[in-house]
Amino acid sequence: MAVFGGRRREENPDLPPGQHLTDGFPVLSAGPTPRIDEEDWAFVIQTETGVTHRWSWAELLALPSEDITVDIHCVTSWSKLGTGWRGVSLDTLFADVETSLEFVMVHSYGGYTTNLPLEEILDGKAWVVYEFDGESLDPEHGGPARLLVPHLYFWKSAKWVRGIVMQDDDEPGFWEENGYHLHGDPWREERYA
Amino acid sequence: MSSPGWRSGVLARARPLTPTARSLVFTVEDWPGNEAGQHVDIRLTAPDGYQAVRSYSLASAGFGAGSADQPELELVVDRLPDGEVSPFLVDELEVGDTVELRGPLGRWFVWTPQQTRPVQLIAGGSGVVPFVAMARAHAGAEGAAPMRLLYSLRSPADAFYRDELSSPTASVDTTWHYTRAVPAEWPRSAGRLTADDLARETLPASARPLIFICGPTGFVETVARAMIELGHADDDIRTERFGGI
Ligand SMILES: Cc1cc2nc3c(=O)[nH]c(=O)nc-3n(C[C@H](O)[C@H](O)[C@H](O)COP(=O)(O)OP(=O)(O)OC[C@H]3O[C@@H](n4cnc5c(N)ncnc54)[C@H](O)[C@@H]3O)c2cc1C
Repeated sequence: MAVFGGRRREENPDLPPGQHLTDGFPVLSAGPTPRIDEEDWAFVIQTETGVTHRWSWAELLALPSEDITVDIHCVTSWSKLGTGWRGVSLDTLFADVETSLEFVMVHSYGGYTTNLPLEEILDGKAWVVYEFDGESLDPEHGGPARLLVPHLYFWKSAKWVRGIVMQDDDEPGFWEENGYHLHGDPWREERYA
Repeated sequence: MSSPGWRSGVLARARPLTPTARSLVFTVEDWPGNEAGQHVDIRLTAPDGYQAVRSYSLASAGFGAGSADQPELELVVDRLPDGEVSPFLVDELEVGDTVELRGPLGRWFVWTPQQTRPVQLIAGGSGVVPFVAMARAHAGAEGAAPMRLLYSLRSPADAFYRDELSSPTASVDTTWHYTRAVPAEWPRSAGRLTADDLARETLPASARPLIFICGPTGFVETVARAMIELGHADDDIRTERFGGI
């Protein structure tokens, strides 16, 4: 019988179960990488009353931004610790949004969607980011701007983000319809439905 | 919804396909069968409890060469010289050994006989594995729309399933492309796939094919971008990235 030795990695309390560290930045997406010009870019939040809050690229950059240093965890089992981002907190974007619904569907250029409970993206838990490691965000990694929800598996951090639509129920988004977990907490290993 | 758990898979047969790659057939109790294009996670546990998990595409569809009573699945693992898991699966795992498997996973990168559009598959290296499953499913499906495969690989010695993919009775139409070394008398020289190659060797946008691209991340990025430049719609392209650069 063959005995697996494994490459003994340091026990790291920052690594959720089943994850291993990577120095690279792997890419996971369902299709090709969309290329969106900043002039054409806009971000919207749409509520149940049909009200739409909209930000152009220049308007997004004019909002107060934050530097965020967080660990990220991909469902394909790599984690990257201490990644540095810059962007706008969703608390800022939601400041004037009135809604009584408790769930959101996040939409991306290219048609990708992902679902989240509203409370999981407020209170300093999520951002629309446009810089990684001090550089503008590559299209491969979601540029010009992506969502960043670091406490959930990284497919929730929708690349090429274009908007958020409030929804009644926690309807599944793209990967969630295709076998992934509705919620996606890495510490509870919520990988697959 | 409950999480699909880990099942035990016993290595039933194994054979080398190339100097670096090995086909592994597992029998898995209660394996529900899989669609062509899906993958599994494999988990290995060291005696002290240390675990490593990696994803591998399924080369088989349905119950593989087995049956509903005795389901089988097939993987092909290519050895990365400095890798943690792949050298173990290629060089060390023995027939009769057990690994843990989770799956089948993924419902997007799949081909089913219900799909009626022509299909263009584009593989880089071991990215051909899910396409072997698709070709097998296609062969078993009567009246399915045509399926073409463009298979980019380093050299003739690196081919997985050459006989199966190039047999005159194969239901998939395979075009071979070599990046480092070509066979004797080969009409083209070795080199990376270019936009011109893709224009010549794949179904045109006017045929509205469904396109699947699989391989190392860099390969998938480059090819997907070129296919969009050739006029294919984003929505018609499905990708699976194996990792690496
Ligand atoms: C959905 C999916 C399906 C896959 N299917 C297959 C398959 O059918 N057959 C197969 O052989 N592999 C497949 N892979 C890749 C596989 O999961 C492992 O990444 C691979 O076997 C390397 O694991 P390792 O432990 O040997 O190397 P690691 O110890 O994880 O990595 C060693 C080094 O290789 C680099 N690396 C990791 N993966 C790759 C890669 N794919 N190409 C180039 N460099 C890499 C790492 O960055 C690192 O530097 C698939 C991956 C995914 C996500």
